[in-house]
Amino acid sequence: MAYERKFKIGKPILEVNNISLAFGGVKAITNTSFNVLEHEVRAIIGPNGAGKSSMLNCINGIYKPQQGTVSFRGQVVPNITPNIMAQMGLSRTFQNLALFKRMSVLDNILVGRKLHTKTNFLEVALQLPKVKKEEKLNRERSEEIISFLEIEDIKDTPVGKLPYGLQKKVELGRALATDSSIILLDEPMAGMNVEEKRDMCRFILKVNDELGTTMVLIEHDMGVVMDISDRVVVLDYGKVIGDGTPDEIMANQKVIDAYLGVEH
Amino acid sequence: MKPVFMTYTKKDLINLAVCMVLSVLIIPTFIKTEYWYTSILIPWLCLALATIGQQIVMGYTGQLALGAAGFMAAGAFAMFNLILRVPDLGFVGSLIVSGLIAAAFGILFGLPSLKVRGIYLMVATLASQFFIIWMIDKFGWFKNYDSSGIITAQDIVILGKPFTTPLAMYFVCLAVTTILTLLAMNMARGSTGRNWMAVRDMDIAAESMGVSLLRTKVQAFAISAFYCGVAGALFAFCYLKSLEPVAFDIKLSFKILFMCILGGLGTINGAFIGAAFILLFPVLLNAIGNNVFHGAIDATIISSIEQVIFGLLMIIFMIYEPLGMAKLWENLKQSMKSKLSSSGIKGVKSPVFKK
Repeated sequence: MAYERKFKIGKPILEVNNISLAFGGVKAITNTSFNVLEHEVRAIIGPNGAGKSSMLNCINGIYKPQQGTVSFRGQVVPNITPNIMAQMGLSRTFQNLALFKRMSVLDNILVGRKLHTKTNFLEVALQLPKVKKEEKLNRERSEEIISFLEIEDIKDTPVGKLPYGLQKKVELGRALATDSSIILLDEPMAGMNVEEKRDMCRFILKVNDELGTTMVLIEHDMGVVMDISDRVVVLDYGKVIGDGTPDEIMANQKVIDAYLGVEH
Repeated sequence: MKPVFMTYTKKDLINLAVCMVLSVLIIPTFIKTEYWYTSILIPWLCLALATIGQQIVMGYTGQLALGAAGFMAAGAFAMFNLILRVPDLGFVGSLIVSGLIAAAFGILFGLPSLKVRGIYLMVATLASQFFIIWMIDKFGWFKNYDSSGIITAQDIVILGKPFTTPLAMYFVCLAVTTILTLLAMNMARGSTGRNWMAVRDMDIAAESMGVSLLRTKVQAFAISAFYCGVAGALFAFCYLKSLEPVAFDIKLSFKILFMCILGGLGTINGAFIGAAFILLFPVLLNAIGNNVFHGAIDATIISSIEQVIFGLLMIIFMIYEPLGMAKLWENLKQSMKSKLSSSGIKGVKSPVFKK
């Protein structure tokens, strides 16, 4: 990269070691390993059904792989659940939008502040001063994120009523609100037009640049992937077929074959 | 810059003030007939409170639970036994402890929600309804070995003062309901309510944000049962003035469920609207039967018509307005506002991007 990065790419923050996942007889992921370095933008690409989303679900603890481990900051995480990973500082968005549809944009983002909310329900019911203080801090942070994502004008709208592109933004906002050190983005730009994609790229890079948040994203648009990512891992039929910088990946014959098809 | 966070907006405070003036000053000044207190206002407050409990677990947390009356029975009989056996606790103390006892049952019967959902959970929670009633019937201790089946509730005494007139009981119910409603609103609007709704709308995403499904669901069941328990105690002591397990049968659970749905799922004010509607509608039908048709229609037919209309309304609401009467009321206010603004009255913004 030409410019000086505020957060230099560091040690591996996340390591996936020999993960295998099968649904009944169908093997989704076979013996896959790769790592993610701190402060980098890492893309996972691959044809449809290559096991990309399954991979994120394994990292995040939604799926339990039959074999293999996930390490966070050098430590193997035993009994991964989404909750434990969230507490360790890993947040994510979902492929098919998993927003809280009947809640407003602001409330959705506020849920992302959950781990920064220490007061219990009794204190909330009685509205003790410390609840108000905490709520004020959380709201300020959420408002910051809302203005960062340029969605101030819709913050009170129930997300279910928003168009797809905006919902994707809200989901990114919710992940950002957790102040996690690593965010997994599952197809953050699917179904967006060029302009929306450009916006989304800008946000992803800005977050990575200003906050140093490590970004792992699944994306189909090769132009985007090659533009914004530091390193790319390519999956095909649940196996890693390429891992390296965008230039290396573009020159990788196996990757080209997987995408264009090859005569056997 | 406007304040980023306020629990209550000016509008809320005005609404609260209006409700308080209405219920504390205007109603007691103008309504003198005992019938209104003993048959309408007191049961309305009690059932609205139980409906808030149902709202918390069903409307906010999205767990289909059916068994509110079971928790009400637990609260009512706990109250009876506490006053009987631990008189030092006092009325208010007993009321709180009865709520807590009901909450303990809530936790127990809320546990299935971790494994089953939807209609299956509804069946699982029915267990609370039947188990609690069975337990009270089976073990004589709960009824103090009374053989008649119906026990008279003790008089309400708070700080040495008896509260036995309908008006006094109305005030007891009003005070308890007001306090608990405010607490429920604080929870619903605060981080607690956001966790509930996150679990309701998308549990996987909620968990990925660090919301514990176990804690949130069990908490919602416990709080819900607490509200039902307190409501049940008030229902027995202020309205029925007697205790019998039959009063808390499954029909009452369904009634509370209807109040919750017709009022509007996921709203606190909907609990009051729904409860008022279900209580007043039969009164209205009877009045029509007596005054318009001069008794030409048999009372049994009227009560059948009542059931038919309730059933129809449930279906209509489920299809056309799942958010119930609270939403209708909200829409009505919105359309009034936009009419005002389109007719050129200043100061009223047209609601483009508002909820």
